[in-house]
Amino acid sequence: MSILVIAEHDNRTLKGATLNTITAAAAIGADIHVLVAGSGCSAVAEAVSSINGVIRVLLADAPHLDALLAEDLAKLVTQLAGGYSHVLAPATAFGKNFLPRVAALLDVAQISDVVAVESANTFVRPIYAGNALATVSSDDPVKVLSVRATAFEGAVGGGGSAPITPITAPAGFARTRCVSRELATSERPELAGAKVIVSGGRGLGSKENYDAVLEPLADALGAALGASRAAVDAGFAPNDYQVGQTGKIVAPQLYVAVGISGAIQHLAGMKDSKVIVAINKDPEAPIFQVADYGVVGDLFTLVPELVSNLK
Amino acid sequence: MKVLVPVKRVIDYNVKARVKADGSGVDLDNVKMAMNPFDEIAVEEAVRLKEAGSVSEVVAVSCGVAACQETLRAALALGADRAVLVNTDVELQPLAVAKLLKALCDRELPSLVICGKQAIDDDSNQTGQMLAALLDCGQATFASKVKLEGGSAMVTREVDGGLETLSLELPAVITTDLRLNEPRYATLPNIMKAKKKPIDTLTPAELGVDVAPRLKTLKVVEPPTRQAGEIVPDIATLVSRLKNQAKVI
Ligand SMILES: Cc1cc2nc3c(=O)[nH]c(=O)nc-3n(C[C@H](O)[C@H](O)[C@H](O)COP(=O)(O)OP(=O)(O)OC[C@H]3O[C@@H](n4cnc5c(N)ncnc54)[C@H](O)[C@@H]3O)c2cc1C
Repeated sequence: MSILVIAEHDNRTLKGATLNTITAAAAIGADIHVLVAGSGCSAVAEAVSSINGVIRVLLADAPHLDALLAEDLAKLVTQLAGGYSHVLAPATAFGKNFLPRVAALLDVAQISDVVAVESANTFVRPIYAGNALATVSSDDPVKVLSVRATAFEGAVGGGGSAPITPITAPAGFARTRCVSRELATSERPELAGAKVIVSGGRGLGSKENYDAVLEPLADALGAALGASRAAVDAGFAPNDYQVGQTGKIVAPQLYVAVGISGAIQHLAGMKDSKVIVAINKDPEAPIFQVADYGVVGDLFTLVPELVSNLK
Repeated sequence: MKVLVPVKRVIDYNVKARVKADGSGVDLDNVKMAMNPFDEIAVEEAVRLKEAGSVSEVVAVSCGVAACQETLRAALALGADRAVLVNTDVELQPLAVAKLLKALCDRELPSLVICGKQAIDDDSNQTGQMLAALLDCGQATFASKVKLEGGSAMVTREVDGGLETLSLELPAVITTDLRLNEPRYATLPNIMKAKKKPIDTLTPAELGVDVAPRLKTLKVVEPPTRQAGEIVPDIATLVSRLKNQAKVI
């Protein structure tokens, strides 16, 4: 029983969610292989080879894998999948994009957002915005699982030295082309794996306020920034800041919700945080039902006060 | 050019799901149902493409129980031209739905399929990608902008870190994200008109698709609930709690 984990990376560095996915794989079995597919990504393969628990690294390094289109990655993974009992990827925008394609090509079900491994064929996953947890089992010959990173610790690096085996990727899919990418870089920690998150909602009122009020707090706490859907829709924050059922799932040590009401869909993305702080002027806001500490009042005075108190 | 839009009947997004006492699933008796919000966005996008003159026909499809006809009527009221119900009482999982849609695409030959990125009940986020695989066509998930040009679609996608634009040769599958558009409300005249639009009914057997579930649900439970904490009087108390009690700063 060998397990194939698909690494998420940007051709230079490995994304943290891969480490949590490797831990989920280790809960299933010991023979863990990791596929690093991309272009000019050998440094990523080397980083993966040192992760504890990884037995072998497969490196598919080819110019046409630069954009890592779902069409191309799914074809490659499907070719490899016959040798494995399980194929795992992180349940991130990356994993969600290509993994169902793999499952369909293999004619097997996919189990999305796995939060616990009960056995090699039985898994737990949240449904209905996390308001229910379903235990499901699969008899398919290959189990295709996307893994919710916040439910598993990250595998640690350093100890291992797994061999790196170069493999050849099939020819590229000719009918889809990546035209452009606009990617922002930030000095702040990555939202998905951050220890502290400061998140803003509609209560901020504008992008200018979002930046002026929340950035000093994020600086003071060394935090990543997040947002509610309402704040993203209104253009206060970029789309990949959205925390929730249909955005990013996070579980930091500390989550500070500022001007966020606490809709079901938002709670679905952050209610597993260790400590939740809510700042809201409405004492009835549902966010207070999940917050460990709440402050009722105007965020425009409370947040600057919090910043100066932290200094 | 024809666009196919699959729509799913799900729990209304304002309703909090309750787990059945016997752990067999979620209680949907007497619960308000509605079109999956992402599918509404998909219908809206298809209708806008039609209004812009780049699409000639919008066909809505729903797979499931007879009550899915209501969801199809809602799609027709938003501007879809006709609808197909693939009627079955079997619990449909994403792979089965993708196979039904594939079989329907083989009959209808749409140039584009626009799906919601995820259904808010099972939260799987699979069907569009699976359909694209079965059709062996290109896919653009999590779309925030769609432009049709000749035989291709330019689609901007919401990805980690920002946006990515793909050019897809048609036919192709697109899945919608929240920022693609804001769906209109159906007007009363359009709701009346929708009652006269045709809904064809098919069965999985007529489409030659085995829809038997692959995954077995062993149990469904409520997640551990969080207890509400403390409302602190001021920021100084908050900071002290975070330092001394929670020890997170
Ligand atoms: C299909 C679908 C998917 C969705 N997915 C997500 C998702 O992934 N993530 C998500 O977040 N939402 C999601 N939503 C939206 C969700 O239902 C809510 O609409 C959204 O979370 C509300 O955002 P908000 O809390 O910022 O805004 P509001 O609900 O408007 O809350 C604003 C809060 O700010 C407070 N406030 C205002 N001014 C001040 C002030 N000066 N000082 C202090 N407090 C103030 C108010 O009291 C209020 O509680 C989804 C909805 C749908 C239909």
